[in-house]
Amino acid sequence: MSFDNAFDALAQESDDTRWAFGTGFDDPLAGIDPAVPDGVDRAALAAYCLMLGDDALVMSHRLQQWCTHAPELEEEVALANIALDLLGQARLLLARAGAAEDAGRGEDDLAYFRDPPEFRNVGLAEAENGDFAYSAVRLLVFATWRLALLDRLTASGDPVLAAIAAKSVKEVAYHRDHAALWTVRLGDGTDLSHERAQRALDDLWPLTGELFATHEVERRLAGAGVGVDPADVREEFDAVLDEVLAKATLRRPDPVPSHLAGRDGAHSAALTGLLAEMQGLARAHPGATW
Amino acid sequence: MVSARAVAETVTDPELPMLTLAELGVLRDVTERTGRVEVTITPTYTGCPALDTMRADLRSRLAAAGYPEVEIRTVLDPPWTTDWITESGRRKLSEAGMAPPGPAPRREPGPIPLTLGPARRVRCPRCGSADTVELSRFGATACKSLRRCDACREPFEHFKEL
Repeated sequence: MSFDNAFDALAQESDDTRWAFGTGFDDPLAGIDPAVPDGVDRAALAAYCLMLGDDALVMSHRLQQWCTHAPELEEEVALANIALDLLGQARLLLARAGAAEDAGRGEDDLAYFRDPPEFRNVGLAEAENGDFAYSAVRLLVFATWRLALLDRLTASGDPVLAAIAAKSVKEVAYHRDHAALWTVRLGDGTDLSHERAQRALDDLWPLTGELFATHEVERRLAGAGVGVDPADVREEFDAVLDEVLAKATLRRPDPVPSHLAGRDGAHSAALTGLLAEMQGLARAHPGATW
Repeated sequence: MVSARAVAETVTDPELPMLTLAELGVLRDVTERTGRVEVTITPTYTGCPALDTMRADLRSRLAAAGYPEVEIRTVLDPPWTTDWITESGRRKLSEAGMAPPGPAPRREPGPIPLTLGPARRVRCPRCGSADTVELSRFGATACKSLRRCDACREPFEHFKEL
């Protein structure tokens, strides 16, 4: 098939929705029953899905920023794939948040038209990428924590959240292995790579206190069998991290106290810059299609 | 008139055009009621960008075969697994130079274990040697890893177990 111009080529299928802002892609939960089970607090479920969705969305954006900067081609492709998985999880979770909220906001409204204080991601996800060691060790910590949460969420009383978790678990298990392999390679590598991996771990460690602090929404939904109390995954997180750090010959920093921050909308300036990049186009041309 | 199921079963995957959606295990169900067709599909990965194209391809193929009224449902549960790729699908992957997936990892009770050692043994789809190494656990798409055969020295893709 030949086309006179690129636009015709892209428009060859009248209802072929391409996957980018402004091209009319549809709800990722299209065809999935949007009902919320009786007895589940809709507002709390929406807030909870936003937390998990924002973690994935913001972490995905940080990983995307490695495109054209990764140390080798294979790693470039790997990080882009991991970012794509997390973006897929974010889309489903934000769409679920919108459905539970039932105020007419879809995934785009939630991703592009909220300001930093309305985001509910943890600070670990938004921190600047730093060097490759920082990004690798950060991904290990993030994926280890997220996998433990998602694994428990497969038993959630919200069937949609349970289904999203069941799919995501398989993906994040690969992310965690990948980051663990890099952490071992860098930590147990040369003197320089070891030093930089240890510095990365030391630098990001203060951000881990937030991962296990229980928000009121989490407490309520955990009690209702819909959510997970992050404090409950600490033991598993510690065991996995210890296994990797031992192989990587890295020293785990001293524990830091738990405290809420991002879950309450308190963010660093890093998130403002990230969102300016991510939301700029959608805000400059609201509702645009091409 | 060809049945709606038979039509839907001819639609191929946008990224693996040698495989039909049925062979990939993405096409879960096709039902026909008074001229209205309901197709159920499931995504391979949550971020699979091919899903919208699959929907469009199913719609246009069914419309061309005389089924203008098509509803496409997406189900997430049970989650897709590579174990659903059919025997003919596996053979076609192999013929296209892509090592088919082995059995998906079985979930044992307790936390999901780390896999830090060398991944499982995968045979080279070109020369059949088991002497292959993983170059990267993530290939051109999320569903594939990149490997090299140390016997024939050729790189090849492996469909990851999921």
